[in-house]
Amino acid sequence: MRDFERPKAAFFSFTSCEGCQLAILSCEEALPEILKRIEVVNFREAMSERSDDYKIAFIEGSVSTEEEIARVTKIRERADFVVALGACATTGGLNCLKNRFPMDDVKRIVYGKDAGQIETVPARPIDSVIKVDYRLHGCPISGKEFLAFFADLVMGRSPRTPNYPVCVDCKMAGNICVFEKGMYCVGPVTRAGCDAICVTYGSVCWGCRGYVDDPNVNAHRETLKRYGLTAKGVAQKLDLYGGKKQ
Amino acid sequence: MEKDLNINIVEVTRIEGHGNIVIDVRKGRIKELRFDIIESPRFFEAMLRGRRYDEAHHIMSRICGICAVSHTSASLKAIESAMGIRISRQAALLRKLAFSGEMLQSHILHLFFLVLPDLVGAGSIVPLLESHPELARRTLGLKRLSNDICAVVAGRHIHPISLVPGGVAHTPGTGELKTLKKRLEDSFRELDALFEFLSGMPAPEFRLEREFISLKARGEYAAYAGEPFSSMNYPMDSISFRKRIKEYMVPHSAAKHAKSPRGTYMVGALARVNNNFRQLRPTARAIAKKAGLVPPLTNPFQNNMAQLVECFQMTEDAVAAIDKLLEMGPRPEPLKRPKAYGTGIGMVEAPRGTLYHEYRINKDGIVERAECIIPTAQNLRSIEDDLRGFIPGILHMPKKEISGLIESLVRAYDPCISCSTHIMDVRFV
Ligand code: SF4
Ligand code: SF4
Ligand code: SF4
Repeated sequence: MRDFERPKAAFFSFTSCEGCQLAILSCEEALPEILKRIEVVNFREAMSERSDDYKIAFIEGSVSTEEEIARVTKIRERADFVVALGACATTGGLNCLKNRFPMDDVKRIVYGKDAGQIETVPARPIDSVIKVDYRLHGCPISGKEFLAFFADLVMGRSPRTPNYPVCVDCKMAGNICVFEKGMYCVGPVTRAGCDAICVTYGSVCWGCRGYVDDPNVNAHRETLKRYGLTAKGVAQKLDLYGGKKQ
Repeated sequence: MEKDLNINIVEVTRIEGHGNIVIDVRKGRIKELRFDIIESPRFFEAMLRGRRYDEAHHIMSRICGICAVSHTSASLKAIESAMGIRISRQAALLRKLAFSGEMLQSHILHLFFLVLPDLVGAGSIVPLLESHPELARRTLGLKRLSNDICAVVAGRHIHPISLVPGGVAHTPGTGELKTLKKRLEDSFRELDALFEFLSGMPAPEFRLEREFISLKARGEYAAYAGEPFSSMNYPMDSISFRKRIKEYMVPHSAAKHAKSPRGTYMVGALARVNNNFRQLRPTARAIAKKAGLVPPLTNPFQNNMAQLVECFQMTEDAVAAIDKLLEMGPRPEPLKRPKAYGTGIGMVEAPRGTLYHEYRINKDGIVERAECIIPTAQNLRSIEDDLRGFIPGILHMPKKEISGLIESLVRAYDPCISCSTHIMDVRFV
């Protein structure tokens, strides 16, 4: 990654809400600077030009059709460095909720008698198909984290992903633990890096950033023990993002 | 004109989602015309099935990152109407404030990132940053502001956090609201500049009489609140909406199309300005008049200008909501608890048009069935009809110009293909 000037970068969108790309467009102040540092050659949502010549590929979304599997494979062949953007791409995200049912049922539920017209396979993170060099977690990704990663990338530093639970962020944010209010939270097993924003804004951690690498060891044992809970029990209670164990 | 023309625009760019345009003209007559939707479906109805009511809004927000507040709001309204929950006045004001923020954000994004490059003949905003730095700076400032409105109320715009069943789980501070108000008042300057710029670039001429459907509310411009209304004036309300609007599959599209009892209709900013012109606040109305947007409206290209009119409206709405909140003195409130179960409907005006969510929730609080009708799905038929009406008049032009105009027309609709394929009208039990 080290020694190229103004590398060409491309953005791709697979099965997703396009919220992670939007999160990048929402870094308004940084956009002119970003565009100085990389040459964006493909960003369908925001530009007409496109090219297949790029070094870095940012990929948002899960793969959920055969066509997408072929397309993501092509991108891997062309890019030197692949970044998975957001939960859909890193863990499969909410898309995996459909995997609870057989695909024929899923199609019938949504399209009824027209189900035959539609093609789908169970939703998967992109690293189930191709090698991924870096993951930006979250649903959506955090703009702050994207910018930090971006700075590392252009400076040739190796970026680091936090591997401690959201509870640590949550304590730092000065929140009262929601277990006190009798609510469930998967913060103890979820990878930090979001400043526990959901708890700060009155909700709970839903686990959108996926599990820490070894949730049983790293989980915030104390919090859980105080409430007579286990990491596994909590994760079972809130399994929105539990589609794929990482 | 005896002309052959074959246009196949693979992946219309600078729209939200993946769509192709296929047009085949033989001897001056349109043989084939399709706006193909090629997005991968996500099956939200299946995703929602069997989930708890207090997860539904969180899941449904992920239909679309751009209209996340709209999907969350429609979802919450459906949940709350099914479960007999009435939120407090403060919660309603906060939700409306976030709603204004999203509408602003979405319109600015569309106008700046997607439409302005067309107007100056560029492929993206990248050259625009160099050629029009002042305009770019102002518009990015507006976008920042709209983001911040949602951030103050809901933590963030993309997948708002504090908007939950029973109310709003976070209370912004008085100071934050005052700062926001000041910035909103100052932002009229930037909106004026954007208006000046857009007015200097008149929309292509094209007229087609049409039916407009949007919500309509008493005493306010319909956005978060209102009941469905047709410019054709036949009776309709949220209960009868799903019966009036027929959705159907077409072979070339992963998204359903929709028709009203009268056939083709249009939803979105143009429809709202047409149907709710009298509810526009003074500044927004003055801008609409200046831009010649006085009903009855007929030109779909004017949807861009209608969005800008709404930027003025949303800014005024946001200031009004903040004033009321400050008057009341915002304070933390407990969320309202569910009292009932059954079927509920939630409707809002998403940036791109009328949005309908309907859920059936059982006594254990589990969602058993969900149906949604999405703005872009309602506009697909209108887009195709407009192309059919528009193309004969431009056939004498060079192919490149024709393609450009066709893309601009599709883009004026601001189609959000993510939404329209990610959710369909469904029945599951
Ligand atoms: S991770 Fe979340 S925000 Fe990002 S694309 Fe997927 S659903 Fe959207
Ligand atoms: S369990 Fe949840 S609320 Fe409690 S400290 Fe951890 S992240 Fe915060
Ligand atoms: S608090 Fe949890 S759900 Fe919220 S952003 Fe952080 S990891 Fe995701």
